[in-house]
Amino acid sequence: MDFQPTRDQRDLRAGVRELLAGRYGRDALRAAVDGGSAVDRELWRELGAAGFFALRLPEAEGGVGLGLPEAVLVFEEAGRALLPGPLVATHLAAGAVPGAAAGTAVVTAFDLGERGGPLVSYLAEADAVLGAAGLPPGEPVRSADPLTPLHRVTGGGPADVSAYREAGALLTAALQVGSALRTLELAVRYAGEREQFGQPIGAFQAVKHLCAGMLVRAEVARTAVYAAAVTAQAADAADGQAADGQDADGEAAEAAEAAEVAGEIAAAKLLADEAAVRNARDCLQVHGGMGFTWEADVHLHLKRAWVRAEQWVTAAEAEEALAAELSRTATGGEAR
Amino acid sequence: MDLTYTEEEREFRARLRAWLAKVLPELPARPSPDDWPGRRAHDTGWQRRLYDAGYAGLHWPLDAGGRGATPTQHLIFLEETERAGAPYVGANFVGLLHAGPTIAAEGTAAQRARWLPPVLRGDEVWCQGFSEPDAGSDLAALRTRAVRDGDDYVVTGSKIWTSHAEVADWCELLVRTGPAAPKHRGITWLAMPMDAPGITVRPLRTLAGSTEFAEVFLDEVRVPVANRVGDENDGWRVTMVTLSFERGTAFVGEVVACRRTLARLARAARASGRWDDPVLRRKLGRLYGEFGALWRLTQWNVSESQRSGGVPGTGGSVFKLAYSHARQELYDTAAEVLGADSLSLEEEWTADRLSSLSYTIAAGTSQIQRNIVAERILGLPKGR
Repeated sequence: MDFQPTRDQRDLRAGVRELLAGRYGRDALRAAVDGGSAVDRELWRELGAAGFFALRLPEAEGGVGLGLPEAVLVFEEAGRALLPGPLVATHLAAGAVPGAAAGTAVVTAFDLGERGGPLVSYLAEADAVLGAAGLPPGEPVRSADPLTPLHRVTGGGPADVSAYREAGALLTAALQVGSALRTLELAVRYAGEREQFGQPIGAFQAVKHLCAGMLVRAEVARTAVYAAAVTAQAADAADGQAADGQDADGEAAEAAEAAEVAGEIAAAKLLADEAAVRNARDCLQVHGGMGFTWEADVHLHLKRAWVRAEQWVTAAEAEEALAAELSRTATGGEAR
Repeated sequence: MDLTYTEEEREFRARLRAWLAKVLPELPARPSPDDWPGRRAHDTGWQRRLYDAGYAGLHWPLDAGGRGATPTQHLIFLEETERAGAPYVGANFVGLLHAGPTIAAEGTAAQRARWLPPVLRGDEVWCQGFSEPDAGSDLAALRTRAVRDGDDYVVTGSKIWTSHAEVADWCELLVRTGPAAPKHRGITWLAMPMDAPGITVRPLRTLAGSTEFAEVFLDEVRVPVANRVGDENDGWRVTMVTLSFERGTAFVGEVVACRRTLARLARAARASGRWDDPVLRRKLGRLYGEFGALWRLTQWNVSESQRSGGVPGTGGSVFKLAYSHARQELYDTAAEVLGADSLSLEEEWTADRLSSLSYTIAAGTSQIQRNIVAERILGLPKGR
């Protein structure tokens, strides 16, 4: 067993971090906020060219041919950079919606709230909605997150996204982990620089302990996300091999495996949402009055974390899914 | 990132599982918690069986008489023994997890030959004389004095929170030999025989009603200079060389046990109808997710330790903070499942709930752990 990232995986993560630092640094982020432009089409195409959306598409279909473990590392970096746009929905649409893989199309999804809709993000920017025949009509809603424009859809039922729910939740959790790690860095940096009572505020235990709690939440959530990605990928691979000549035992084992993966993903989403939201809150607190200003970036992390917490799988859904999985393993099969 | 076990690791697990299935039914019944000689005999008897089967000192280096197992094999050992309901390390804890590894790392050849084999065989039990009434979180402020007199140190002072003191043969003792030096540089590590004249052991009763540890009073106890491990006044470094959770395996058995407890809780809640309360059900679901993540964090830390060749990682404090909090939540939730029955000491979970109150205090309080995380991992400045 070697749960640590391979050299290739670390290189991939470092490459994405470098790309985003150069292409979407703080100046670009603040320009987007000031300009109210949530999706930069040129950047979207560059992300497409870099393989961001086609990452998990097989090489035979023009994709990069990597798996969920690599995808969560890449999305973690996007979360760290606060990259806006329907990243997860467009990634999920690669291979299904023309232009998604290449980043020439922007694809959103009915992923908000418990059953998806009627609020939908990036509708005005989108070329397609995942699983829907066309773009539904909608009224704009003033959004809490300046970089996540919202519409309330007024016609046509929400498209069914259940087939995408697990991967969507996992990749959104990865974005949350990146944000949680970033707000931790921002808090630690500020606590080391800001002086009061003649010393950096980070020398006070009250501030230290907030920061330590942030690290604990981020590390636990990050491990849960990586583990869910690895188990989901392994289950996918096993499915592929066992496709023909399956007997009843094999089917039962497969169903148990699927339930276990669903539980891991629910835990990852629950813990990552909490890490992102609570770390942003604590980061804001460490920044004191500055944390309450528009100028500090921390509110952008908090607002985006709130959006993501409503996407694909909510806390209530995750806890119920985990309770169901606990009940299944407690009354039948042994937990892993 | 790979969570599958290698062929060799799977074989190791299968052999261990088969051995446990054979040997566990032969074990005598567990003694009562207050029967200290009985507990010692039970724990050391188990250690002897491990020794005979080649599982003693699994994680110790080969040249110390250990098996030189990888951190992953150690993880598998702890997971399988807990799953099978094998005895806990118990009275062998200090010998196997702290004093032994310290002697293995810092002792002379003669000291290793004298002290290590009896620990592995379950012949000798060690206790730990570190904390004092005025030196808890601030351990380096310890005041128990040792004064050189010929070939002996003469030791006077008192130690507290010493588990297994009543039945131990040896005590790994930290004493002050350099009263004028800065506090970390005047400490010496000694192996004190517990039958030496001048030692008084007074059991302490915990809030759970049991006697899990003791105070140890030392009145001019003579300890041979030959029992010193490392140099005089170098005891702080000697002690810190070995941290019990350096390989990420410190709480493997406990996390496995918590997951099993959670499953039993779910069954009890379903049977009593409490499961239909969505607030409680969601809380149980959340705990299931948290303990699942803690298991994954264990695998992460073990993999990190394996990659670095067993060098201590920084994950121990992070893990302990998350785990100790989650375990207290687990027993508070158990009390919610039990309702008013949680007031009855006849309920196993009530006793466990009381014991769980120590988790955020023992082996470094959560506050000290947060200081460690903030200063050593995050690099925040020390306060004045």
